[in-house]
Order: sequence, then C-alpha cells, then structure tokens
Amino acid sequence: MAVFVKGVIFDGVDTTQPDCWRLAAYEARGGYQALRSILQAQMPQEDVIAEVKNSGLRGRGGAGFPTGLKWSFMPRSFPGDKYVVCNTDEGEPGTFKDRDILRYNPHALIEGMIIAGYAMGTRVGYNYIHGEIFAEYELFEAALDEARAAGYLGENILGTGFSFDLFAHHGYGAYICGEETALLESLEGKKGQPRFKPPFPASFGLYGKPTTINNTESFASVPFIIRDGAQKFLEAGKPNNGGTKLFSVSGHVNRPGNYEIPLGTPFSALLEMAGGMKDGSRLKAVIPGGSSAPVLPGEVMMDLTMDYDSISKAGSMLGSGAVIVMNDQVCMVKALERLAYFYHEESCGQCTPCREGTGWLYRVIHRIENGQGRPEDLDLLNSVGNNMAGRTICALADAAVFPVRSFTKHFRDEFEYHIEHRKCLVEHKWC
Amino acid sequence: MLEIEIDGKKLTVPQGSTVIEAAHSIGTYIPHFCYHKKLSIAANCRMCLVEVEKAPKPLPACATPVTDGMKVHTNSDMARNAQKGVMEFLLINHPLDCPICDQGGECQLQDLAVGYGNSASRYQEEKRVVVGKDMGPLISAAEMTRCIHCTRCVRFTEEIGGFQEIGMANRGEFSEILPFLGKTVNSEISGNVIDLCPVGALTSKPFRYSARPWELSRRKSVSPHDGLGSNLIVQVRTGQVMRVLPLENEAINECWLSDRDRFSYEGLNSEERLRVPMIKHGGVWHETDWQTALEYVVKGLNGVSADHGKDAIGVLASPYSTLEELYLVQKLARAFGVNNIDHRLRRSDFRGDEAQQGVQWLGSTILELVSAKSVLLVGSTQRKEQPLLAARLRQAVKKGTELNVLHYAADELLTRVNAGIVLPPQAWVAALGGVLKAVLGLKEGSTTTLDVSAIDVSEDAARIAASLVNAESAAIVLGNVAQHHPDFSQLLMLAQEIGRLTGARFGLTTEAGNSVGAELAGALPKRGPLGTTVTAGLNAREMLASPRKAYVLLNTEVEFDSYDSQQAVAAMKAAETVIALSAYKGQGLLDYADVLLPIAPFTETAGTFVSMEGRVQSFNGVVRPLGEARPAWKVLRVLGNMLGLSGFAYDSVEEIRGECLKAGTDVSANLSNTLSSMPVDFSVAATAGLIRAGEVPMYHADAICRRSPPLQLTAEAAAPRAYVHGSVLQQLGLEEGAAVVAVQGDSQVTLPVAVDNRLAAGVVRLACAHPTTVALGGLFDRIELKRGA
Ligand SMILES: Cc1cc2nc3c(=O)[nH]c(=O)nc-3n(C[C@H](O)[C@H](O)[C@H](O)COP(=O)(O)O)c2cc1C
Ligand code: SF4
Ligand code: SF4
Ligand code: FES
Repeated sequence: MAVFVKGVIFDGVDTTQPDCWRLAAYEARGGYQALRSILQAQMPQEDVIAEVKNSGLRGRGGAGFPTGLKWSFMPRSFPGDKYVVCNTDEGEPGTFKDRDILRYNPHALIEGMIIAGYAMGTRVGYNYIHGEIFAEYELFEAALDEARAAGYLGENILGTGFSFDLFAHHGYGAYICGEETALLESLEGKKGQPRFKPPFPASFGLYGKPTTINNTESFASVPFIIRDGAQKFLEAGKPNNGGTKLFSVSGHVNRPGNYEIPLGTPFSALLEMAGGMKDGSRLKAVIPGGSSAPVLPGEVMMDLTMDYDSISKAGSMLGSGAVIVMNDQVCMVKALERLAYFYHEESCGQCTPCREGTGWLYRVIHRIENGQGRPEDLDLLNSVGNNMAGRTICALADAAVFPVRSFTKHFRDEFEYHIEHRKCLVEHKWC
Repeated sequence: MLEIEIDGKKLTVPQGSTVIEAAHSIGTYIPHFCYHKKLSIAANCRMCLVEVEKAPKPLPACATPVTDGMKVHTNSDMARNAQKGVMEFLLINHPLDCPICDQGGECQLQDLAVGYGNSASRYQEEKRVVVGKDMGPLISAAEMTRCIHCTRCVRFTEEIGGFQEIGMANRGEFSEILPFLGKTVNSEISGNVIDLCPVGALTSKPFRYSARPWELSRRKSVSPHDGLGSNLIVQVRTGQVMRVLPLENEAINECWLSDRDRFSYEGLNSEERLRVPMIKHGGVWHETDWQTALEYVVKGLNGVSADHGKDAIGVLASPYSTLEELYLVQKLARAFGVNNIDHRLRRSDFRGDEAQQGVQWLGSTILELVSAKSVLLVGSTQRKEQPLLAARLRQAVKKGTELNVLHYAADELLTRVNAGIVLPPQAWVAALGGVLKAVLGLKEGSTTTLDVSAIDVSEDAARIAASLVNAESAAIVLGNVAQHHPDFSQLLMLAQEIGRLTGARFGLTTEAGNSVGAELAGALPKRGPLGTTVTAGLNAREMLASPRKAYVLLNTEVEFDSYDSQQAVAAMKAAETVIALSAYKGQGLLDYADVLLPIAPFTETAGTFVSMEGRVQSFNGVVRPLGEARPAWKVLRVLGNMLGLSGFAYDSVEEIRGECLKAGTDVSANLSNTLSSMPVDFSVAATAGLIRAGEVPMYHADAICRRSPPLQLTAEAAAPRAYVHGSVLQQLGLEEGAAVVAVQGDSQVTLPVAVDNRLAAGVVRLACAHPTTVALGGLFDRIELKRGA
C-alpha cells in the first residue's frame, strides 16, 4: 500500500526505510522541536490552544469538529485528574489511515499528545488502539519506550518540571468502541457502549473526569502546527479547512493507499494520484468519507474538491477521509447489502431503533439482493431509516441510515430493477 | 427554579430536573420503559422521545435536563411519530402472543402498544428467538425472547442490589440479558427485577401461570419477616394468597421488597398448615373440635397450677405475632397469675432488663438512620437480617455515609466499609470499649464512669471513633447478632456511652416484624404493656434453663426460635403439658406438644405490627383463615373467658389495640434505649477453644418463610455447614468439605466443614433454626469440632 508523502504528518517520512518510525529518524525530521520550544518557553496553555484554533485543524475522526475549540472546553484548572485520549480505534470500512501513522510516524502522535496534555493541564494520556491491528500496537509501545527513555515522557520532561505519561490500550476490535464515549467505557474495562450525552467527556469523561478525545491524525497534526505555525498549517489547506489530510483510497483504483494532500485538492487529482480507475474502467460512485458517509455519483465527485465544506455541500461528508471508489462493475444493491450487514453486526444494541432497525434494514436489502424484493421495500427502507436517524444515543444509527438513503436515492433504478427482475442490472462476477 | 412549558402548561421545576420528572410532576404521562426513578438513566429504549422547541430532533425526556424557558410537546406530530416509530421497533422482534404470556394484563409494552402501535406489522422478516436462562428458583427467565433490552434488571442488580448479577452480553440484535455463566441470581432482593421488567421476560417463578392479574384483588398488608415493616400488596383469588408485591412507601421499603417478603407467602398454604385443633392421647395425635381442645387446655392449665403452682407455667410468644395477640397472651397469663412471659427467645443476655427504661427500638426513623453521616453496625449480618435496610445503607454510602462495622466476619456488604473490626464475639465488649476510649481521646474533657484504662485502642477502633466523632450525624446500631449475643446488655451500655459522648443515636435493628410491638404489649417478664409495673417473672432463658411443668407457646417452634434449641426441646419434652397456638404442625411441635390450636398467620387476621422505627402499622386479614384456624386473638379471648378471667369480652381487634395502646397510636413516648448505669466487664474470656456463631439463616427466620418452597430452593437455604477460617481448619487437620462432628456440651451433630477466610479465627459459623442443627446448644457458646466418622 503506497503512502504518498506530501504534507504535514508524512513530510519527510521515507516509508521504504524500516527505521523511519524510530525516534532518531523523527528527531532528524525536526521531531520533538515543537515540544521543546513550548516547554522551554513555558508557553502559556491558552497560547498553545489559540495556535491550534488558528490553524483551522478540524477533527480527523469523522465529525470535523474544530480541535482547538474542543481543547478550550477542557476545565484546565480543574484540580483533580484529567485525561487526554487518542482514538486509534479506526474500524470503519474504508478507513486505514491511523494505523499508518502508528506504523511510520508514531512519534508525531506521541509529541502531539504530550503537547495536548500540556495545553490542557493533564498528566496522563491513553491511546486506544483497534483490536485487530497487532504489529502497529507493538510498534507504538516500542515508540513509547523510546520516548520515555529519551525523557519526552514521564516525570519532569526535559527537566522543565512538566510531567506527562502516555499508555497504549489495545481494544478488541469492535467498531462501536471508536465512538468516543464507548471508547471510554471500554478503556475503563466495561462493555464498550456509548454513553448518553450530555454530559460530554470534557466534563465527565474517563473515570468521570474531564477528558479530551481526538483522533490519531488530529493529534499527529499538532507538532507541525506548533513548530511551523498555525498560519502555515492553515495555508496548507484552505480557509476553514486547514492543513493537509490523509485520504485512504480504496476500491477500483490502480494504486489504493493513503495519500496526504492539501484539503481542497480536486477529487480528480486524488484519483489520478491513486493511479486512476482500475483497468481504465468507468467511475460510477464514490463514498468520500468512510462507509458512514452518503455515496455520491462519480460525475458529481469529479467536480468536487476534497475538503469538509465542498463535500458537505454536495450532500455527503468528508468523515474520516476514506475514499471508496466504485466502478461500473459494482452492483449497488450488493454494495449496500454489505454495508448494512456491517452496521447490523456492529450496533451495540442499547437503543431500540438501532438494535432493531439495523437488522430490519439489512434483512430487507438482503431480500432485495436475493431476488425477493417487494415493490414497497424502497419506501419501507426509507421509512425505517427515518425512524432510526437522530433518535439514538450515538451516531451509529445515522451512519447505518446514510448509505441506505443515498444508495437508494442516487441508484434507485438498480434497486427497482432488482425488485422487478429479481436479478442485477449490472453484470458482475460476485453477485 | 426554572420556568418551562409542557404541552402549553406552564410550570416551575427545580434545576437539574429532567423533562420526564417535570412532566410527571404535573401528571403529564410520557411513555417510557427504561426510565425508573430509582435507577440511573440509561436512555436506551427511546420510547420517551418528545419534541423540544428549537431542538432539531426529538429528545429523550428521561435524559434531557430542563432548561429555563424550555417548551416541550409530548404529543405533537414530531413526538407522536418518534414514539410510534420506537414502538414499531420494539414490537418487530417481540412475540405478539400476549394471551399466552404470563405478563399479559400487566405489561407495559402491551399497554403502550395499544396507544402507540399499529394494528398490523410492517416487519415481514424472520423474528428473533432467544433461549431462556436459569436465574434460580425465584425468577423465571424462560422467555427471554420477550426482553426489550431496557436494562432495568441489569441496573437494579448493580445499583440497588450492590452487585451486578445480570448483564447484557453480545451486541446489537444479538444482545441477551443473562446471569453470569453458570450462576443464578442470588441477591437477597432479586425479586424486584420482576416488578421492574416491563415485559414478560422476567417473571415470578412461583406465580407464573397461576393467575391473571385481573382475577386478583389487591389488599394491603405489612411484612412480618423483619423489623422494617415493609408495606405489602397481597394479591388474592378465591381465598388464597397468590402473590405479594411491594406497596410503595418511601419512608420504609421505597418501591422494593426483599425476596423473603415477596416469596414467603408460598409457605402460607403449606401441607404443614394446622387446619384443625389436635390433641395427643397416648402419643397419638387426634383431630378434634375447638370446644374439646380448649377444654383440654383449661384443664391442663388448671391442673398444673393446682399441682405445682402458677409459677410452674411459662408463656413463650413470638415477636412475629401481632401486637393484639401479644397483648392478650400476656394479659391472660397475668390475669391467671402467671408472670413467666417472654418473646425474646433468641436472647441470651437479660442483665439489662432492670436497667432498661423503655421499649428498645432503632433509636431513630429509618430515614434518619440512612441519612446519618456515620453509622456503626455492631453484630449485624445486615444483608440477611434486614435486606432492604442493607440496600438503603448502600445508597447512603454512595452519598457519603461512612459505614463502620464490628462483627466476627468481614462479610461482603457490597459497599465501601470505612473501618471494620473483626473479632470473635467474646472480644466485642473490649473492642467497643476501645472505640469508647478512642472517643474519649478525641473529645477533650469528656469522661466516663466506665473503667477503660486497661483497654488497648486498635487502629480500627480509632478510625471508627474518629468517624463517629467527626460526622455531622451518627448512629450506632446493634443487629440481630448483637441482640442474641451473651454480652448484649454490655454492648448496648457501651453504645449508649459512645452515643452520649459523640451525639450518635443508638438502637437496635429489631429482628421480627413486631419485636417493638411485643415490648409495647408487655410480652416481657418484668414490664407490662406500655411499661407498666408488673410482678416479675422468669425470662425466656430462665423458663427453659429451669424447666416449667407447662408451657404455652404462641406462634413459636422453640427448636428453631430459641437461643439454645437443645435445652428448649429438652424443657418441652420434660413438661407435663405443652399448649401450642400455631399456624403449622411442625415436626417439633408434634413431638413435644400435646395440644395444637390452629391460629391464623398474619394474612388471615387483623392486627398490628410495630416496626423498628416505632411505626404502628395495622392491617386487616387478606383472606379467610384456612380450615378451622382462627385468629389468635379470638382464641385467647375465648380461653380467657373459659378460664373465668374478666376483661376478655372483646368484639374486635381495634378494641384490643385501643386498650393496649391506651387508645393512641403515638407510642414514641414509650420508646427508649436508655439504660440506667450498669457496670461493664471488659475482660476477654480466655479463648482456648472455639466459639459458635449461631446465626439465623435468612430463609429460616420464621415459621412462614421456613415453609416457602421457592425460598427453600435457594442457595441461601442450603443445609448449614460449619464455616471456619482456613487457619482453624488447618489446626484441626481437616479438609474443606470433610464431615465434622460439632459438639456443644452433651449434644452433637455431624455436618460438613467449610472455609470462610472472612471469619475471625476462633469462630465456627454454624447456623441455627435448621432441622440439622436443632440438636445443638447455645448460639454463642463454646463448640468443639472433631473429625467425623
Ligand atoms: C459509530 C462511531 C464510530 C466512530 N469511530 C471512530 C474511529 O474509529 N476513530 C475516530 O477517530 N473517531 C471515531 N468516531 C468519532 C468519535 O466519536 C469522535 O468524534 C472522534 O474521535 C473525535 O476526534 P476528532 O475531534 O479528532 O475527530 C466514531 C463515531 C461513531 C459514532
Ligand atoms: S445508536 Fe446503536 S450503536 Fe449507538 S448507542 Fe444506540 S444502539 Fe448503540
Ligand atoms: S429482562 Fe426485562 S428488565 Fe431486563 S432488560 Fe429485558 S425487558 Fe428490561
Ligand atoms: S424512557 Fe427515555 S429512553 Fe427509555
């Protein structure tokens, strides 16, 4: 899987070098300078947060919430324990960027989290790592050891009196544990299921203490912002969409992989970087932001730039930045069935609409795919979806509904054909 | 206060209220399943979705805090749509076969489906089937397909029960409610999940399929099983008690019941119920009529009194009897000239009788106790003695109460214990003396007349003292074990001293539903009704230690109810006549009594129980007496008349109650734990051997629960074993599970030995009130363990 290095996190990382993740290599790239400068200058916490705010960094975990603003919600002067938590639970179909950060540049994340800890007055951080990635987990532990040995972690960091420690936690592979409050429950040793909000983690987080949770990529962007300045980060992208972003391109392209490119880059350019459509096939559809994002027809995508605002204006979302490219060989009914199956499997089961609805959606789509669709099914799917979305504790129910709505909207003819003719409109090998 | 509007109605509610609380406060109903006022908010069922102006999506009323100026619509299109949508989801995988469901007719899902459901389902796919679970003999979880995953049961066990015994395993549609693998649900208050379960997933195993709710009438009653006085709804059909449910009373049982309160009713119609009067002739029992039986009793009493004098007669009554029964039995005895009356059969220390100033009680209300900031439990196996009080204390600890314990076992209280002293019973007086001494040290200038100079203050005693001294309000409570303890009066005296110095209230968590009532009624050898002066008689212990020629037993089986069962049975067997007024013909009574008069249990008679907090609770019979059984007050009335005594012309229970309580129900003036000064002996008896810790098992406490088949099937009711600390086992050279011979004096029984390392060394925890241990002696006397054959 190729990693194209052009931007903030992977700048200068030679992923072909087995030691590129090591501390020495990171330091040679200017690593830990940001931390040093903050600590040596005793930079006021609010200045660090202001810098992150000014950078226009938006959360890379899916919702795109401004990171600096989130940091400012932390009650910095709260006297008891507080935590920063990194979300490396990456389990959404199509998303595979955070594991590459752990694999090739873990110290960027570690440095980012230490800075976050400093800015929010916390002494302890955790990184919750998806249970199905093992080598990356071990490598991250090794990187933590390096950082500790070098005095970047632990008591009295770099002799400045600031103390912060960071621990890795290996999850068990449940998608729902990527939802921040389910992640906290799981980190506490409980069953991973989302909490009702409010209260939000900033006031009632890990062990009931104020907690800030960010995505791996969000944290890993921070050293650059501090070292090179908010302005430089902002300019790397476009207004309100600061920085570069990692896109996990998968599907029918010639070179699937992670591409770090400026926000605002045209989709067509990204597609080209990824080697263009596989075997010259025709682009049919793209899910631009991970499996929870609404699908968009290929021709719509070709006119869009890859940033939060542009994609959302077109009716989808940038989400985690997982770009799933589908060519005209794809049966959209089958593709949706697969996605619906995922959400049916992964619902935690607390909320009635999600627990019952995800199964209902899947079964109806499965029926359609298997030639047992009924004319009223498409309306039924929409109606069931409407009863789910926005009525649950977490956004998984919405995530389950978005694909259903968008697939049946943009590719209604394929669904109707399936129902009427009991077979695919598209001739392909896997139906 | 916040001003809000619900469906156009303006109201003000306190900050921090949720929308559902606000709505309920003005009688606006919002449909809900997972919400329960006593449980944490889960917000998972989504049935309570309502429209809140300015919110883009419907919000769950149970979890949405009210904000000032909020406008809520519970019935708008948005709200109705959302609620109907949720109802549809709830029903797609729920069996639609209410007619064959045990919950039918009292099912929240069924009720709400009428208002929010459609007449036909749009769900045409295969429905989910969930295999049943085994939660033990009380709760049926056979039909888990009906579960709607509200997690009320899960939250109950964790938050109120104190220990999560039910969980939701798996994910999504495959989520299943289940007990831990291979385990049943053993909480002493488990049955509440049946009430909490909004559907027919968790139902009462004994009640299941025995009746429909609409066939049952609901009658109020009061639980006799512990001193709490839990309020009951007894449901009856055609003269039979079919089920017992809680009657909500925030001051007592809230909306809960202990399993003992809930399931003991199954013992009411036991095969062992005594249905007709019986007389034993030449060792053979004969059924007879009331007239004959009563004439026999009169003849017996007159005969013994003529031959041996009135002092040869003893009256032993049970504190599980009603106030009126106890009043009449003492009145009858005293009018007849018999002064040997007592209800404290399991007590061993009566040294405080002279010093006692009034009726012993909790020393505060239950609410006051659970809002104390520091509590010291002395000799209380709380969870088994008063299960709901234990649950309330757990809630108190969550709110900051410091719980301190003096016991012979570091029992699992399922809550945080601030400081605990674990010592064998004979060391308790010195241990509590240590607390007193530490208090003296903390309270400058305070003094006591007790000589504490020789006492060592342990670290834990110091912590307990600090907790009591520093708390804004404190309470010292002597549990059942302390009340049966051979140094009870000494412990009470020390509690009083510590209370005097720290301002802590002190009192007893009384054992039976009417222990306080029994004292008020004067069923005591040295105090008459409401403390009137009487000619002193023998106490329970004395009546058995120096056997009488005749015994009158009111509602008691002495082999189960006495401090020293072996001694009690011997005394009965040696007597010329044993007259038993009993609801049951237990084996013991059949052995040692010679006349059995069938009386009504609490469900079949009107009466009054006075709870540990001095609350006078009267109730009516909920069904007619079984067979020829009669309310004991009527039996005693007739007996009084037949004995030619005056003052037995009562027409009603109310008349007796009025006479007993001097027509008032405010008995507070009579309640007092104060003892006039008594010496305390702090020396610890030499402890060469082992001491028995003889506790009453939870489901053997009284005649009714002893006969409840479902309670007897619980793990708790298993045959007693001799529990010892591991070190004791080692010293004895025995291994866990081995048969041992437990010897007390010249009596012995053989039973398995078991290890419990939470016990103080030197103690053998060996239950009483069980057929396998009745041959043993005193509850807190010396005991020897030897390898069994
Ligand atoms: C069902 C679900 C799954 C999620 N999975 C992830 C995930 O794997 N990684 C992640 O960073 N955020 C995930 N999120 C988003 C997190 O809840 C949270 O918003 C994010 O970690 C915040 O970080 P950010 O502000 O840096 O984006 C998920 C959210 C939902 C509702
Ligand atoms: S929406 Fe689904 S995944 Fe999220 S909390 Fe509810 S049931 Fe669980
Ligand atoms: S068993 Fe009953 S109480 Fe427990 S989750 Fe299911 S429906 Fe709710
Ligand atoms: S009652 Fe509010 S979500 Fe269940």
